[in-house]
Amino acid sequence: MAGGAEIEVVHRTLSDHLPVLAVVLPLVAAPVCVLLRKPALVRPFAIMVAWATLGISVSLLSTALGSGPIDYHVGGWAPPVGIAYRIDVVNAWVLVIVTAIASVTFPFGEGHENLDLDPSRVHLYYATLLLCLCGLLGMAATGDAFNIFVFLEVSSLSSYALIALGHKRQALRAAYSYLVMGTIGGTFFLIGVGLLFQSTGTLNIVDLSERVQPLLGSRTVVAAFAFLLVGLGIKLAIFPLHQWLPNAYTYAPAKVSAFLAATATKVGVYVLLRVLFGIFGVAFVFHTLRLEVLLLPMSLLAMFAGSLAAIAQTDIKRLLAYSSIAQIGYMTLGISFANIDGLTGSVLHLFNHALMKGGLFLVVACVNARIGSSRVQDFAGLGRAMPLTMAAFVLGGLSLIGVPATVGFVSKWYLVIGALERGWPVVALLILLSSLLAVVYVWRVLEVIYFKERPADAPEVCEVGWRMLAPTWILIGAAVYFGLRAELSSTVAIEAAKTLIGSVP
Amino acid sequence: MTALSMYWMAIVLMMVGLYTVIARDNLVKKIMGLNLFQVSVIMLYVSMGKVAGGTAPILDHGALPEGFVAFSNPLPHVLMLTAIVVGVATTALGLAIVVRIKEAYGTVEEDEIVAMDNALHSGEG
Repeated sequence: MAGGAEIEVVHRTLSDHLPVLAVVLPLVAAPVCVLLRKPALVRPFAIMVAWATLGISVSLLSTALGSGPIDYHVGGWAPPVGIAYRIDVVNAWVLVIVTAIASVTFPFGEGHENLDLDPSRVHLYYATLLLCLCGLLGMAATGDAFNIFVFLEVSSLSSYALIALGHKRQALRAAYSYLVMGTIGGTFFLIGVGLLFQSTGTLNIVDLSERVQPLLGSRTVVAAFAFLLVGLGIKLAIFPLHQWLPNAYTYAPAKVSAFLAATATKVGVYVLLRVLFGIFGVAFVFHTLRLEVLLLPMSLLAMFAGSLAAIAQTDIKRLLAYSSIAQIGYMTLGISFANIDGLTGSVLHLFNHALMKGGLFLVVACVNARIGSSRVQDFAGLGRAMPLTMAAFVLGGLSLIGVPATVGFVSKWYLVIGALERGWPVVALLILLSSLLAVVYVWRVLEVIYFKERPADAPEVCEVGWRMLAPTWILIGAAVYFGLRAELSSTVAIEAAKTLIGSVP
Repeated sequence: MTALSMYWMAIVLMMVGLYTVIARDNLVKKIMGLNLFQVSVIMLYVSMGKVAGGTAPILDHGALPEGFVAFSNPLPHVLMLTAIVVGVATTALGLAIVVRIKEAYGTVEEDEIVAMDNALHSGEG
């Protein structure tokens, strides 16, 4: 047995280990950051690690697209004994989204200038950031249900710590209530996994999906489904379970908000997709349990309540946070259609929303670095003082609305088609109506930026440096580029949607 | 003790924990409630691995020890070792945040903290 395992290892090259390398690299890099200590060393090191994981993820995605799913057994132990990683188009896509956002947000700014961090603590900040990245990538890469829980907690614990870094004292309260909500969500997920394990005797997702099929009527399995759904609902801030999100994103350091808003909820949506389509299957979830009866109204409520709340906000970070709740509503809306077009819209919106919301939060981080505030009224007249930054805000805002030639349009297009195909024209109309609400909250900010004068007593403001502008414009530029060349991202998303729908016969 | 009584105990513990998290204003007590809540799940898992007449799966020339009819599945116990680590980490981080809240606000009572934040907001507006 041991000899066989050794021979297997000898014949493997580094490229065979890519699925686990993407996760292990940031995990090992985090303690190295703590040992390096000097900000001048830690920062480039963390950035290099993020870029390396991006390279790995892109190569995994191209392999998954070209030659189908990659199965990897950690340590050479085959399931059911060992943990299996299984990379198909769906999670390779999520890996690329998360690592791309990390690669762009890690180099943003000087690292500590936005954080009020003592330079002697910068290494701990990057270590935590890398751990958060490791947890998010692990959740996406693993094919083992319990492993998802472990990585969920790794990413959650590090994000509580990152949010608590915010320089206002409310950041501590936000981190605390996120910790309480997040732990309850994680524990619910754990109960769900436990009940599934009890009825099937396996934790491997592929095995689970086969063995759970004959048991679908049992009350234990239905209870497991409910626990998983509520637990994940808290993590990805589905409408009535979103209470932790606005405060967390408002009071976290701006750079952390950008990273978390663009990645954390996306990975949550991915795990939900995996549970619904990869374990239980379309037939059970949508034909037997009729989940759309619950998911559709919740998504619509999220879209409208989130957008309406965003209109009322006086702080831009809070406005963007409420807008995130609305955008998560679009993603779950596409899931509730349970057809290829709706799912394509959802999977595409994971990527598109990550680009635009990440970009917008970075704009706020730029402004925060200059005027030390993120209140809407303090943006007055910045259109002239910081033209490049504000132009990025305009494009990001247009993308949130879903104007053609931006990514926001492409995903909404698929959602509308999905709704019509499902025979729900009213829902298609509501998607358009909720976009009008986005016009209102984006316009409110644009009006202040371009049509209000800067107060006479306000200090001079100049444009931020390229270290901040470049990451912001990479994300916003990508939001326009993938809006114009939509076929690039949508071919992957269609492939991912087909994989999801077809994963359980 | 029947198999079901274990589940009842887990559920009672879970609800005591959840109620403490929701109903208490003291942030330290909330963390304790959260702990109870997590411990109840550990009990749920451990009780899953228990088989009537089962023993620890230690192979002794492939034979079952005297007086036992089956080996218990050790996997739930192993999983719970990880869950215990997660619980300890959550508690440590939660308490660390509470310490910093106490430094920043001078209290660990949630109602007083909310009142302080609200007073600040109305002062600004």
